[in-house]
Amino acid sequence: MSQGIYLDNNATTRVDPEVLQEMLPLFTEHFGNPSSMHGFGAAVGGKIEWGRKQVQALLGAAHDSEIVFTSGGTESDNTAILSALEAYPKKREIVTSVVEHPGVLALCEYLEKKRGYTVHRIPVDKRGNLDMEAYRAALSDRVAIVSIMWANNETGTIFPVEELARMAKEVGALFHTDAVQSVGKIPMKLADSAIDMLSLSGHKLHAPKGIGALYVKRGLRFRPMLRGGHQERSRRAGTENAPGIVGLGAAAQLALVHMGEENTRVKALRDRLEQAILAAVPSCFVTGNPDNRLPNTCNIAFEYIEGEAILLLLNEAGIAASSGSACTSGSLEPSHVMRAMGVPYTAAHGATRFSLSRDTTEEEIDRVIAVVPGIIAKLRSLSPYWQQGADRPKEFAPVYS
Amino acid sequence: MWNYTDKVKEHFFNPKNSGVLDSANAVGEVGSITCGDALLLMLKVDPDTQIIQDAKFQTFGCGSAIASSSALTEMIIGKTVDEALTLTNRDIAEYLGGLPPEKMHCSVMGAEALRAAIANYKGEAWEDDHEEGELVCKCFGIDAAMIERAVTVNGLTTLEEVTHYTKAGGSCQTCHEKIEEVLEEVLAKTGALKPARKHTPGTVGLDAIKPLEPKAEPAAAPKLTNVQRMQAIMGAIEEMRPQIQRDGGDVELVDIDGKDIYVRLSGACSGCSQSAGTMMGVQMKLVEKLGEFVRVKPASLMPVGA
Repeated sequence: MSQGIYLDNNATTRVDPEVLQEMLPLFTEHFGNPSSMHGFGAAVGGKIEWGRKQVQALLGAAHDSEIVFTSGGTESDNTAILSALEAYPKKREIVTSVVEHPGVLALCEYLEKKRGYTVHRIPVDKRGNLDMEAYRAALSDRVAIVSIMWANNETGTIFPVEELARMAKEVGALFHTDAVQSVGKIPMKLADSAIDMLSLSGHKLHAPKGIGALYVKRGLRFRPMLRGGHQERSRRAGTENAPGIVGLGAAAQLALVHMGEENTRVKALRDRLEQAILAAVPSCFVTGNPDNRLPNTCNIAFEYIEGEAILLLLNEAGIAASSGSACTSGSLEPSHVMRAMGVPYTAAHGATRFSLSRDTTEEEIDRVIAVVPGIIAKLRSLSPYWQQGADRPKEFAPVYS
Repeated sequence: MWNYTDKVKEHFFNPKNSGVLDSANAVGEVGSITCGDALLLMLKVDPDTQIIQDAKFQTFGCGSAIASSSALTEMIIGKTVDEALTLTNRDIAEYLGGLPPEKMHCSVMGAEALRAAIANYKGEAWEDDHEEGELVCKCFGIDAAMIERAVTVNGLTTLEEVTHYTKAGGSCQTCHEKIEEVLEEVLAKTGALKPARKHTPGTVGLDAIKPLEPKAEPAAAPKLTNVQRMQAIMGAIEEMRPQIQRDGGDVELVDIDGKDIYVRLSGACSGCSQSAGTMMGVQMKLVEKLGEFVRVKPASLMPVGA
């Protein structure tokens, strides 16, 4: 069976073969517990520290001790926010955005409902840009932590995190960013930034699932979420996922090597895909900010058809993509990101994300370009909202509208 | 990805009767772009015989919405309008070999469109029927009448099930209390739930509640021989089969290993999301018949070599 064309890299990436090669000895030859006082453990401890230095280099952090390994993005997000609240118990407010990943949004909702915190959710405009006035207004000395993503996972829109962090500092709030989608795709130098904490996830940058990291700036007041061991300088208890850490280290090293390619070749492929689809398919548009977004991400809203149906037909053609359609998730509302940007329902249900990687080839993009218009036309031929043969919507007002 | 049956996939990838029916004399339009699914059902009914000669559809929605629409048209062509009106959303789902619980609302949309089309054919105002019930879920425009129908036809008992079948309450959730009220009313009507007795004004509190009479200890069941026990198990399963067969499934006894009774579900019960409930029902029946606790397990869990 053919592997197919994989354009769902914002969901997860293929583990790079070089990453896998680095990891394999950690399962067999170097299997010791790094906490053990013998040579088996010491060998693994050395590998873990090597991985830490690679992640430090990718983030441009000042010290390798600022990297705390976790199980992934969600644990990092939760740890950052809960640590800040515990470290500053008198501050009862949190600032975040309406388009965050559930790893942040769901925790904030829990803290609001169950623990009485005030949560300020900053809105975005129709391009997904943060409302800076609302952000400024939400900041005060009552805010314990600001948690705003570096780039949005659905649209790729990039937020001005450096500026947001500086503004948070002015009122004495900690600043955390969920950078799961942006690490490895855009250059970072945390040593020179006001960012206090940053979350990343291995499987978004060609490392395996189940490994991630939290950057914690040196000197920050920190309270661990997982207690019970001295690992990670007592900031994250639990025996280290040594193969994962080494895999993440190798992936970080490769990400630095390939970042130029990500921003040139991959970006050019993304643009070609997007322009070809926009030219061939009527009534569709790019969501998010086309001028300021991740180089690999393209989210196109196809009007008057539904995303799950698009994905099923794409899958049948051997193409994997993703949708913010409600029907793909079992929830009933389209993506909160599409709704937050005010994308009309006529288009929000049909938003489809194509996310590329350095594995993506020109031939694959050509194939997708060839297939997509037919799929959209087929579904529109079934849609009661579409004027057959006229390439435009028609009046259709069913009873339960 | 959803675990769709082959029949759902077949009707999605190769929908039957899609498009516009120019000669339609009955049209039903339900759903909305807000909900994420909408259906335009067009029928050609012979006025002399009342037979639906042709049916076509256009659907905005997911794979199961399109498949449900396609299946619906296949099911009603050749039926009289009165015969068609007896179809429920459950019939559509069963025709497709089942739908994931979260997708049952797609079959409900099909059944609603059919009712709307036939109302249109008969010159009845579908909107009036719709307005009989109070609008419960404003996000998805679902009224009390539609929730009542979904609860009654599908034997729903929980808020979560109502959301899966109708979408009501799936968005802002402010209508959850109202949905629960409608649900309780229907369950009370059907006897599944007895309505709470109203207090006489001025008599609230524990004094209004009579303590329960202590139940008499059940008489100990007579000890059965092995043969009697086996016959009792076989008899109990035979008693249950017609009911299960009516739902398109079947159950057969495979083996008895002490307290473990192994059965095999087949037909519509095989792979059905409700199969655990069916197994539980069989177990309850056996416990009742035997007067002892037994566990009913699927034959696939029989020990190797047994």
